[in-house]
Amino acid sequence: MAGAAVLGRLNWQLADVIEVVDETPRVRSLVLRCPGWPGHLAGQHVDVRLTAEDGYQAERSYSIASGPEDEHVVLTVERLEDGEVSPYLFDVLHPGDRLELRGPIGGYFAWNEALGGPLLLLAGGSGIVPLRSMLRHHAATHSPVPARLLYSTRSLNEVIYRKELEQLNSALIEIFFTLTREWPEGWNGHRRRIDEELLREISWSPAERPLVYVCGPTAFVERAADLLVAMGHDAARIRTERFGPTGT
Amino acid sequence: MPPVSRGFGSRRRPDADPTRLPPGQYITPDFPVLSAGPTPRTPLEQWTFAIRGAVKTPASWTWQQFLSLPNETFTVDIHCVTKWSKLDTVWTGVSLDVLLEAAGTTGQYVTAWSDGGYTANIPLADLTGGKAWIAHGYDGKPLDPEHGGPARLLVPHLYFWKSAKWVRGLKLTEEDEPGFWEQNGYHIYGDPWREQRYWGD
Repeated sequence: MAGAAVLGRLNWQLADVIEVVDETPRVRSLVLRCPGWPGHLAGQHVDVRLTAEDGYQAERSYSIASGPEDEHVVLTVERLEDGEVSPYLFDVLHPGDRLELRGPIGGYFAWNEALGGPLLLLAGGSGIVPLRSMLRHHAATHSPVPARLLYSTRSLNEVIYRKELEQLNSALIEIFFTLTREWPEGWNGHRRRIDEELLREISWSPAERPLVYVCGPTAFVERAADLLVAMGHDAARIRTERFGPTGT
Repeated sequence: MPPVSRGFGSRRRPDADPTRLPPGQYITPDFPVLSAGPTPRTPLEQWTFAIRGAVKTPASWTWQQFLSLPNETFTVDIHCVTKWSKLDTVWTGVSLDVLLEAAGTTGQYVTAWSDGGYTANIPLADLTGGKAWIAHGYDGKPLDPEHGGPARLLVPHLYFWKSAKWVRGLKLTEEDEPGFWEQNGYHIYGDPWREQRYWGD
């Protein structure tokens, strides 16, 4: 467990922003140089803290998008219209700035080879971020564990890391896209919200006991996890990370 | 003071009452859902709530028996370790003073356990004296499964992961035994006012 690296207090540290990457019209990746970074497990997150001149502070959590083997820590941020921190990270921060963070945090929604597989990853929207870290880890370590990703977005231009995911697609890492609102002419991926038929098509059977990670908006995660349990998958092998309001 | 974030400050949220908002938290009108696995759905006729372990008399209630216990409706603020706080949430439930008195405790620590295998540890002293409940209603309605229904532990003065969803029982222990998140990097006690989020805080 990465826990070994965080037995002491997780102290705030300053990272240098060395690059900002446009991923989609509403999503950017921040490439950070973090001196003394203790390393992380694929799937963990960090806390980010902003401080105004009068001392006012705001903290939020962001999943780590980079793999443990990558040279830099990368955070991928979706700009939320009514947000307080994400518009700053998206609109204001640029290379040369510094960003205060502490981490890595979280020992459960994380994958490494010791946990085995087959590995089924289900992502909705920006829920791809921690799963992308897992895929990068998988690829960098040449893991023999079979992995599949189903990635659901509303449209093709909301797909984050599209080129990279297409390049990862192989016999060992199979990548499936489903678009739920609009799709380009000739689109040969899936064209609907996640449902039982789609899961049967892309998933291993319950008897094959896949290890499942589901991340995305609450409605997506609830639906995917409920479907898997109803299909006979062991609830103890389904790990979830939900975000976003429920409206209640 | 930590270094100033260049250009930050123009979009801040309206100032919150500092006596009600712990450090590092922000107020949300939403009710976010955070769970480590699928939402369990135990039929009410199979549901029981049990208190066992270091107690004088192990006790257990069926759903009907549980509902017939004295209920309270109360308004509290809740604070999630992921930074959101929600003020003036209205719950209905049974005080843990009522439930614990029926069993008679001898141990000083509690592990709450839930459908789905979740656990959370809390000192007994944090569950008595009108500070904690088993809640089955939220905002005048039965508690939604996503938010822990049919019933969840509610310990509002600690970070909200301690308020175990889908709770089915308490195990009294002599020692403080780390629960699910407490084994996975999160603080053993979890006081939001001392910002005890993670190991070592």
